Amino acid sequence: MIRTKNLSLKVGHTQVCLDLDWEIKAGERWAILGVNGSGKTTLLHTLAGLRSDFTGEIMLQDKPLQRLPRKTVAQQLGLLLQQQEDHFPGTVLETVLVGRHPHLNAWQWETETDVSIARDALKKMGLENFEQRSIQTLSGGERQRVALATLITQQTPLLLLDEPINHLDIHQQHDVMQLLLNNDSSSTTLCVLHDVNLAARYCNHALLLLGEGQTRSGRCEEVLTENYLSALYQHPIEKVMYQGKPFYIPA
Amino acid sequence: MRPFTFLIVLALASLILFAGSLLFGSVHISLTSAWHAFISADTQSSSRIITELRLPRALAAFATGALLAQAGALMQVLVRNPLADPYILGVSGGAATAVLIGMLLGLSGTFGLTGLAFLGALVAMLLVFAIAHQRGSWTPSRLLLTGVVIAAGWGAAISLILSVAPAANLHGMLFWLMGDLGYSHSSLFSFSALIIGLILSMLLSSQLNVLIRGDKLAATLGINLNQLHIKIYILASLLTAAAVVQAGSIGFVGFIVPHLVRLSGINDHRYLLPAATLGGGILVLLADTVARTIIAPQQLPVGIITALIGIPLFLFLLQREARQ
Repeated sequence: MIRTKNLSLKVGHTQVCLDLDWEIKAGERWAILGVNGSGKTTLLHTLAGLRSDFTGEIMLQDKPLQRLPRKTVAQQLGLLLQQQEDHFPGTVLETVLVGRHPHLNAWQWETETDVSIARDALKKMGLENFEQRSIQTLSGGERQRVALATLITQQTPLLLLDEPINHLDIHQQHDVMQLLLNNDSSSTTLCVLHDVNLAARYCNHALLLLGEGQTRSGRCEEVLTENYLSALYQHPIEKVMYQGKPFYIPA
Repeated sequence: MRPFTFLIVLALASLILFAGSLLFGSVHISLTSAWHAFISADTQSSSRIITELRLPRALAAFATGALLAQAGALMQVLVRNPLADPYILGVSGGAATAVLIGMLLGLSGTFGLTGLAFLGALVAMLLVFAIAHQRGSWTPSRLLLTGVVIAAGWGAAISLILSVAPAANLHGMLFWLMGDLGYSHSSLFSFSALIIGLILSMLLSSQLNVLIRGDKLAATLGINLNQLHIKIYILASLLTAAAVVQAGSIGFVGFIVPHLVRLSGINDHRYLLPAATLGGGILVLLADTVARTIIAPQQLPVGIITALIGIPLFLFLLQREARQ
């Protein structure tokens, strides 16, 4: 799906990764873990084609990302941003409908199909009664769900999620993770997370950003170890098994 | 109100107002003699007032307002600030400086001053562009700050010229600065600019709908930010320049009209741009008719009336929105 070769990325004085060779195959669900400022968001934005200050190669569906037209990229991958910019008024439905933009031509108006795709996405996020609400009156959690609905409306095979459960209540956190990262979902997902337990529960692969350009990537059971995680968070982390599943607790 | 109905209402209001602006003024003309002025080429004074004075002026007023409101709507998206007006990046300041220098040097005649205004507007536009765009891209805040600082520079230049200008020139200069439709003879240029501008901005309108939801989101939804920014900048600046050339600087229209449209619940730029265009035309045409009529035969600068109409209307809508 997406592949990096010798990817080196630096933001300010932080080396996010150095000569990273990484491949995300279709259907895989990846967690990206790292401490604050380790460059998780920068890496995600780079993979989405929003930054060009890297060396090495990023291939999307075997084509160099930077040479693909932006619209083609937008049909392949969608990015959930950490923050939404609401300088201008608008209703929830209008905001979610912009997710259809990559699928429309300059003169084409949204059809009934586009509107029903957007309505479906709102329903999935439990926002079916919010269509005509102004986005400027929403709470943080509601706004986050509108952003997720916009992403779902974009209907891309690859999803890049920057802290998808930000501002959400605990039941919604699991609803969202279940919806976006369930076993039989056809999409491929990359997810920046702060909670190792959510990563272990919903993802099957993880990339750890250990600082100074060091990274570990692989299946969860290989990389989510006490050693690596303790090094990552610079705090002893213990792994306990409960009902056959691993849980991680700070010692 | 549905957006399409809203557009129809605005279009009808423009037509009614057009008729009204031909009848009212220092001389009141009846509907029947106004009709005669159009169907027969007579040389009665009332006919000549309409065809030679009021019609060209009404067209110029409408075009100016429409240009400003359209430019304002674009500029607000460009700097991501719904409070921006078309003059915010100094286009009108550059034009005014050039015109005042011309007047100071004794240049008169509409054509010379019009040419100077356009030249000044272009210089201002290129200057801000060159400084803000140095490293191949810009952020809305850097563009805004650059523009505001350059505009302040033009303001200082204007004050300097006014302070050294001979008393005989001052009145004309001040009237030009306050926005004056009295010099308008031909609005052909403004109307062509208006129509071409509207077509071009309609081509961008669906991208504007995405851009107002944020730069990064727009980029992930397939928009080439740099290209779009440059297109909006050039379009908004040229529309502003066309308005300034026609009538100097008329305040409030470019900022208030797009905002009024947004407060009426229209956020989709495919409706917002034509609605703002009609609304801007209506506001300036109404203001100019009032400016010519209330203390006739004296005339007030149209900018005073646009402020008198626009500000209370705006505050009313703002209050209403806050209560909802």
